[in-house]
Amino acid sequence: MMNATRRQTPSQTVGPFFHDTLVSEGGNILVEDATRGERIRIFGSVLDGDGVPVPDALLEIWQPDARGLYPHTSDPRAEEADEAFRGFGRAATDNDGLYWFETIKPGGPAPEAGAGQAPFVSVRVFARGLLIHVVTRIYFEDETNDADPVLSRLDPEGRTSLLARREEGGPHAHYRFDVILQGPNETVFFDV
Amino acid sequence: MEPSNDESSSDRSLDWTVHLPYLHPPYASTVTRAPRRRLVPLPECLASVTGPAFGAGDVDALDDDLTRNAVRTGEPLGERIIVIGRVLDGAGRPVPNALLEVWQANSAGRYIHGHDQHDAPLDPNFTGTGRCLTDADGAYRFTTIRPGAYPWRNHENAWRPSHIHFSVCGRNFLERLVTQMYFPGDPLLVLDPIYNSVPDERAKQRLLAAYDHGVTRPEWALGYRFDIVVAGGRRTPFEDYHR
Repeated sequence: MMNATRRQTPSQTVGPFFHDTLVSEGGNILVEDATRGERIRIFGSVLDGDGVPVPDALLEIWQPDARGLYPHTSDPRAEEADEAFRGFGRAATDNDGLYWFETIKPGGPAPEAGAGQAPFVSVRVFARGLLIHVVTRIYFEDETNDADPVLSRLDPEGRTSLLARREEGGPHAHYRFDVILQGPNETVFFDV
Repeated sequence: MEPSNDESSSDRSLDWTVHLPYLHPPYASTVTRAPRRRLVPLPECLASVTGPAFGAGDVDALDDDLTRNAVRTGEPLGERIIVIGRVLDGAGRPVPNALLEVWQANSAGRYIHGHDQHDAPLDPNFTGTGRCLTDADGAYRFTTIRPGAYPWRNHENAWRPSHIHFSVCGRNFLERLVTQMYFPGDPLLVLDPIYNSVPDERAKQRLLAAYDHGVTRPEWALGYRFDIVVAGGRRTPFEDYHR
């Protein structure tokens, strides 16, 4: 069947009133007992250009399992992916602009995907005042990131903005990742 | 038929002639929240052509009927409407099993959300929240109440036109869209900085539902059609991304 090329529907802001629909209890917890891999907590703040916390942002993350596999037909190794890990989570920021996820450390991309690719978590941020969401990535400061082809193209400040900082706290590793929407320390956002 | 967006969007997924790049001062909240640096192009990769799969476990039976899914003492007040449409990719192909989530004000223009301070009544039988999955043809259907307009503090005497928020999660990371559906002929549209943030006039038209008398059910509800075109669809799903 022939289908005509269709132009995209414009994005519009998520606004301030999405919580009752898009945010559910436990939506920011990606792990269950059977999930394989190192438990980690990713947390941080979303800040605006004045350094003011954004209390009405929504973050979505998408990541592979502990061996770097995505449970999706486009991943040739999907059948081996951890059945106890969906890889998708949502978290809203609280009144102080803070969010957190309980997840696992993602595995790196397959070697044939290209030498030196470091593990990462894909992130989308929606908020009142963002007409269209922003896309970024969380890399981990304690991984081997030097040869990563995406990080290597960024200036040092941009690279730093994508590195989650490891903090010891509680039963497992905590990684801090702040999203700075605007300003001199603005997080690197991608055109996907 | 409108022209292809292939040239204007080059090899990027999002068509930036359709989506305004963030800063739009008439919408005051963009001033401190819009990124100012240039976006960094990201090649298509396994992370972007994969995404969570949604299925029957993600929706409940009444989730697509907002006139029934929150009933406590009786039917919600207001004008009952039916909204149908299809979710398509940029190649015009249907997007099946897309998760659609909607939220909206009630007929008086009030959200159930705790931060909504508008002095209009809540409806005890309406939460204004719904979800459904698209079928094999990318088609969806909601039954709801036409939302009222409501004031906001963006500028003097600012009112949002009636709208329904739509969140679409397609088959992969690129097929993701959050947008708002508006109603044709609403006099508030020309005054609304969010609707008018869209740079292209024809693109704006794509945010308007069309009244569809064929969808209208006699003695029951008016019908509207709202198709949604998400990013992506330039490649087939079976190409090798491990390169």
